[in-house]
Amino acid sequence: MLGYLVRRLAYGGLTVVGVLLLLFVLFFTVTDPDDIARKAIGERAKPEVYVQWKKNHGYDRPLFLNREHGAASAARYTDTLLFEHFRRMLTFDFGRSDADDTPIGKRLREGAGPSLSLTVPLFVLGLMIGVTIALFVAFFRETYIDRAMLVVCMLAMSVAGLLYIIGGQYLAGMLLRWFPISGFDPEASVVARFLALPVLVGLVSGFGADVRLYRTVFIEEMNRDYVRTARAKGCGDARVMIGHVLRNALIPILTNVVVAIPFLFTGALLLESFFGIPGLGSLTVEAIQGNDFATLRTMVYLGALLFIAGQLLTDISYALADPRVRLS
Amino acid sequence: MAWISNITVILLVAGAVWLARVASRSRYWRESARELWRRRRVALVVIGVFVFVALLDSISWVGGARDGDNMTAFQARSIIDRIFQPETFKEASYSAPLAGVAFYGGKELKYPGAHLLGTDILGRDVVYRALKGVRVALLIGAFTSLLVIPIALLFGVSAGYFGRRIDDGVFFLMTVLASVPSLLLLIALIMALGKGTLQICIALGVTGWVHFCRIARGETLKLREADFVDAARALGVSDTRIIFRHILPNIAHLIIITFALTFTALVLSETILSYLGIGVDGSWGQMIDQARNELSRAPIVWWNLAGASILLFTLVLAVNAVADAMRDIADPRTRREGQ
Repeated sequence: MLGYLVRRLAYGGLTVVGVLLLLFVLFFTVTDPDDIARKAIGERAKPEVYVQWKKNHGYDRPLFLNREHGAASAARYTDTLLFEHFRRMLTFDFGRSDADDTPIGKRLREGAGPSLSLTVPLFVLGLMIGVTIALFVAFFRETYIDRAMLVVCMLAMSVAGLLYIIGGQYLAGMLLRWFPISGFDPEASVVARFLALPVLVGLVSGFGADVRLYRTVFIEEMNRDYVRTARAKGCGDARVMIGHVLRNALIPILTNVVVAIPFLFTGALLLESFFGIPGLGSLTVEAIQGNDFATLRTMVYLGALLFIAGQLLTDISYALADPRVRLS
Repeated sequence: MAWISNITVILLVAGAVWLARVASRSRYWRESARELWRRRRVALVVIGVFVFVALLDSISWVGGARDGDNMTAFQARSIIDRIFQPETFKEASYSAPLAGVAFYGGKELKYPGAHLLGTDILGRDVVYRALKGVRVALLIGAFTSLLVIPIALLFGVSAGYFGRRIDDGVFFLMTVLASVPSLLLLIALIMALGKGTLQICIALGVTGWVHFCRIARGETLKLREADFVDAARALGVSDTRIIFRHILPNIAHLIIITFALTFTALVLSETILSYLGIGVDGSWGQMIDQARNELSRAPIVWWNLAGASILLFTLVLAVNAVADAMRDIADPRTRREGQ
């Protein structure tokens, strides 16, 4: 078990290094630091301004090898962009934004709260509604209820997410005037009013794919022998579906779900940006529109890091539950 | 530039005909195709129409412009352009579908009643713009996937078949690319490579590569242990021949299904990219993005949004429906029963 743990952790660490290398290639070698500086302060600045800007943002070093230092000194390798990039990312010292010089760490802490207040209800409600509907549909499999629901799911999956948001804002916000069209206020008494519409839109847009996935899992479980045994010993429909099928299907469903938990922190890009929620999703969108490479880099890194952590947790909990995994 | 797309069209059509001929030799593929046609006739016809429109829009040549029109005299224009004549077939600004007068001001239109879905803010015909989007969508979803499939197969199949070092390398590359959330990976690639149709296609290709490579590697790993591969090896068949004759035909159906699913994922994520301002020029995503504030105009302007979204929805739905049926047909468990 310990051996498996160590190997799995080591591979996770290796993947993080791989992601950092990928980011380095994309954001330091493919994009020229001069380009980043030009985009940040405009084309028409004096050369000294560019030099100073690059110095302030840590772009003023050579890529891999610093020839200013002697061959023997370690600074030849540590005083480079590659080393700085790894040091910063691994110690979570993200520096300042390329666009407006605010510390990225502070923006991340500010944005996490609003992001979580949107994604957590969305996640919990989505899971509950998806599982309930899928269980219902799986019970009526191969009937008209099932067929109709599958068609509805496929229709729902074929609409672009952008359209759900535009449509939701128009219908519920402008025509019916149920909710504010956009905005956010962390005050506990009004926060639900602002979050209701984005959560609703998120639920509708994710519903099709979720129900189909869960339905497949349930139907697979319903074909197992223990279901026949349960029926044979006289269990009612509700008992079979909830007591046996749901409980056994929760394992494959939860593995799907656990991987998604880290993404609750990175927020929902489109929803946050459209509904004016000042979370991490909005931060990413602003970074894209403002050519803020430092923030973008950080967000991609954090997203990958959380994903790797989620996978690690899933694998380890699997290994704890299932001896076959450990031994292979 | 025009000749590149003309030659590509010829190559694509030739490739499709060749593939169809190769596939029709096998009984399995003939029966699967017949079954697919039986189950999803409408969706297949819809996809056919979309492909036809995209081909019409890809064949272009110079000349044939109206006399004295310097703007278009030296421009290659596609068949769609020649049918719609967008240089003259336009109004001053918004006009409602089939309207006789302009939407604002009520002035007489140049072509009253001729704009089936009205015109946009610059007076361009919405039907024309939406039809131009067909080619872009197929370029994003299908063409990039087609280009990336051979590379993914090369990596995935050789990783699965030869194992060891090659597998370690490919698997590591896949893990790294897959551990970045796909939308963030797309964004990072586009931001680093720059904004442009080619760069976006490369970014979409890299994102799609992971899906294909994973499927190819996983299936090859399973097939490598199969009895018929063992038998072939015992008979002294070379590795290349085993891969081409015994492994590739057996993962082809999964690649086709993944192709359809990747197609819809790529086309739908392009709309998000368009909203973020890094989309492909002339795509439906851009039309939707430009039209998103038109719903809040006092008399509502809906036809721009409707034109782009209906075509997008139809195409994605048709591909989804076909992919679903293909999965059922390929899966022996649902093949006979369930109908």
